[in-house]
Amino acid sequence: MNNRLKVLRAERNWSQGDLADKLEVSRQSVNAIETGRYDPSLPLAFKIAELFELAIEDIFVSPSKEA
Amino acid sequence: MIMSPAGWRYNKRVIILSLIYSAFLIGAVYGFKHHLVSGVLAWIVAILPALPIIGIFAAIGLYLVEEQDEYVRMLMVRQTLWASGFSLSIATVWGFLESFELVSHVEVYWVSVLWFGGLGLGNFANRLTMGRGR
Repeated sequence: MNNRLKVLRAERNWSQGDLADKLEVSRQSVNAIETGRYDPSLPLAFKIAELFELAIEDIFVSPSKEA
Repeated sequence: MIMSPAGWRYNKRVIILSLIYSAFLIGAVYGFKHHLVSGVLAWIVAILPALPIIGIFAAIGLYLVEEQDEYVRMLMVRQTLWASGFSLSIATVWGFLESFELVSHVEVYWVSVLWFGGLGLGNFANRLTMGRGR
């Protein structure tokens, strides 16, 4: 699933490790989500959204709306 | 990759169980080679090396329960699926070959060995399809 995680992270000058620490997951997980290789569960997606103070759909692009 | 607390616990359990397995296996081989065991004791001594192996399967299950990182957990689940598919496929093919007397008999515990080998295959498949993630 495409997402804006890398952009949002860069805007805050966070490394993948920083974001991983805040989400309490591995950096490997952040990398997999950012690159679209892994779609997070709903609880993790909510955690990410709450961290960035955004709605889930502001971070993750719905597959049905992808070009 | 930095290992999670669940990963550390899993490694610790597997190392301890491997040491117990070695001790039980050496003891069983020695006992049978020198005709020190018979009757019920022979059955117990013969089964002992299997118990830590079963323990390792349980340790993998515990790891999947304890691992908090859902992506890392998914990678391990994929590994175990590869291991199961790999070992059971070979066991099935070998079983038919053996029943038609085309190959010699192989002890069934080799399926476990194949399964652990399949974990390595699963790890390779993860790296191939999911990337190194580093």
